[in-house]
Amino acid sequence: MSEFAVELRDVVKEFVTPEGNDLAAVNHVTMQIKNGEFFSMLGSSGCGKTTTLRMIAGFEWPTEGEVYIEGDAQGRKPPFLRPVNTVFQSYALFQHMTVFQNVAFGLEMEGAQKGDIKKRVSEALEMVRLTGMDRRYPKQLSGGQQQRVALARSLVKRPKVLLLDEPLGALDLKLRKEMQLELKSLQKEVGITFIYVTHDQGEALTMSDRIAVMSRGKVLQMGSAVEIYERPINRFVADFIGESNFLDGKVKSVKGDQAIVRIPVWDEELAGGLTDRVNVGDEVAVSIRPEKIRLSDKPVPDRNCLEGTVVNSTYTGSDTHVYLDVRGQRLKVWEQNRVSTLDPHAYYQEGQKVWLNLMAENTLVLPKD
Amino acid sequence: MLKRLRENKSAQGTLLIVPTLIFMIGMLIIPLLLTLVVSFGQRSADGGVIYTFSLNNYIRLLGFTTDCPSGVKTCFTSLYMEILWRSLVLGFNTTALDILLAFPLAYFIARARPKWRDTLMFLVLVPMWTNFVIRVYAWMMILRDQGVINSLLGWLAGLIHVPFKPLDMLYTPGAVLVGMVYEFLPFMILPIYTSLEKIDNSLYEAAADLGASPFRTFLRVTLPLSMPGVVAGTILVFVPVMGTFIVSDLLGGSQVILIGNLIENQFLSARDPAFGSAVSLVLMALTIIVTYFYTRKFGFGGEIVA
Repeated sequence: MSEFAVELRDVVKEFVTPEGNDLAAVNHVTMQIKNGEFFSMLGSSGCGKTTTLRMIAGFEWPTEGEVYIEGDAQGRKPPFLRPVNTVFQSYALFQHMTVFQNVAFGLEMEGAQKGDIKKRVSEALEMVRLTGMDRRYPKQLSGGQQQRVALARSLVKRPKVLLLDEPLGALDLKLRKEMQLELKSLQKEVGITFIYVTHDQGEALTMSDRIAVMSRGKVLQMGSAVEIYERPINRFVADFIGESNFLDGKVKSVKGDQAIVRIPVWDEELAGGLTDRVNVGDEVAVSIRPEKIRLSDKPVPDRNCLEGTVVNSTYTGSDTHVYLDVRGQRLKVWEQNRVSTLDPHAYYQEGQKVWLNLMAENTLVLPKD
Repeated sequence: MLKRLRENKSAQGTLLIVPTLIFMIGMLIIPLLLTLVVSFGQRSADGGVIYTFSLNNYIRLLGFTTDCPSGVKTCFTSLYMEILWRSLVLGFNTTALDILLAFPLAYFIARARPKWRDTLMFLVLVPMWTNFVIRVYAWMMILRDQGVINSLLGWLAGLIHVPFKPLDMLYTPGAVLVGMVYEFLPFMILPIYTSLEKIDNSLYEAAADLGASPFRTFLRVTLPLSMPGVVAGTILVFVPVMGTFIVSDLLGGSQVILIGNLIENQFLSARDPAFGSAVSLVLMALTIIVTYFYTRKFGFGGEIVA
């Protein structure tokens, strides 16, 4: 048995556009998804994440490259011969069948015994907390319940890999948060490899063991939530995952995984860590996450301190979002409201002068693309 | 007055159906009642109606007649029963053949690229722009002794030097069946296409994903979900086939008499509107009974294959 549940080797998928041009929806993608992993493909629409998922499921076949499931090359195998199951964005429930019939469908196709089907279907419905709903039709269920039926219908087959195509996209925010946690614990419980497609970075960060950030048919970065958020490989990833302040600059010197960058707007030099190779003279983006900048009334000695003026401040309960003008450059800073007070000054007023502490260990020097 | 109407939803509803209601009462309910009254009457010598209350016309339709050759008072003829039976069988056959022809075509169109679908449906409907009777005449040109098919076969036979005798196709039950199937095919394609087109592609993918081969996907997903279309198409085809007389008139000649022809005859040549009315009502009852049982069995579009 292979170490990897799913492996993609140099996979390309080209489509012909209505204008007759070839378009590479997926462009030389290689990824290895380990057994039992919760793996997410994250990207905005059109980045190729869904096409990649559909190639694993067998709805599309690669133009080049190969998809392996449990070490077996899939070639042009149709979906009904692959040991994977899909939860569709639209749920794709059979409206003419009851909940029971929907969940039993896949088992019937396997030729399972009647008694066995009954047992496994009720187990699956119990797992997604739909016991007692088996005689209802999908139309009589709420969106969240339909979502669970779709999950049960796929899980009941005990697939090697479960593919989920934005399964929570149609749910409202509160339900989505609930289902995120539920999906994650369900995945731990059944121990099946989940491959999850989403455009919601929060969702990917919360649920995944590993994330592949995709753009224009390519994988930009693959890693854990922490790696991707704290060590983005370039400006695009840093911008896509969470929020950040970016300063344009030019590399002055490189030493190990540190670089000194000249920032023209400030006529100043900043030190920062490297996540990818840059050369002296490269145009780069210096990235500082808004929650990683500290504000103080006076400059702190031995720190890289800059004075700025508050332009706008938003109180959000747990945090205060402060927008500042620092010598002609806009910066945003998230300050945690650690002290309970009614003093408006503590939440930064427009026009207030403050000092920003930029720490080298919180500053990243990133290639522009 | 207007203000009160604006607030009264049920009055608005009533007002909206009034025009149709008047039309239906005037053009359907009253004529039907008249037909019922006439059907109990008797033919007068000049082709009018003597209003009586007798079931003679219905008894006559069952096959009992007082017009017997050997001087017996009543005797039995199966003539009318044969006509009823022939019409029913033709109705079933036409419907069945139309389903068989329309389903694959509708499926093909429904699965075609969206920009092609409209064009293809347009092509299906183009023949409908031509007059019904003219289309039947076209079949006469195709089927007759010196028609398209026979000419072609004769020419082929000439090529390989085989003696050729034209096939008898026109004025046979087969010709009537072909004509009926052709005339009503679009009425089957349209509703089946509509129901197939509504099936989301992800349902086919979900079935395949869960392990169903294309054939089983068809039986378990495509077919049940398209049943509403098949039912609607069946009614749209079966009902008019049972009543029409032009196709059998032109393509069947005197060989294929259907209920429609019988009714036409009673009103136009035999001048017996009373008997014609009785036959009309029996036809209506027959059609209602068949469609009632049919829709009761398949009307919910549920799974028909266990």
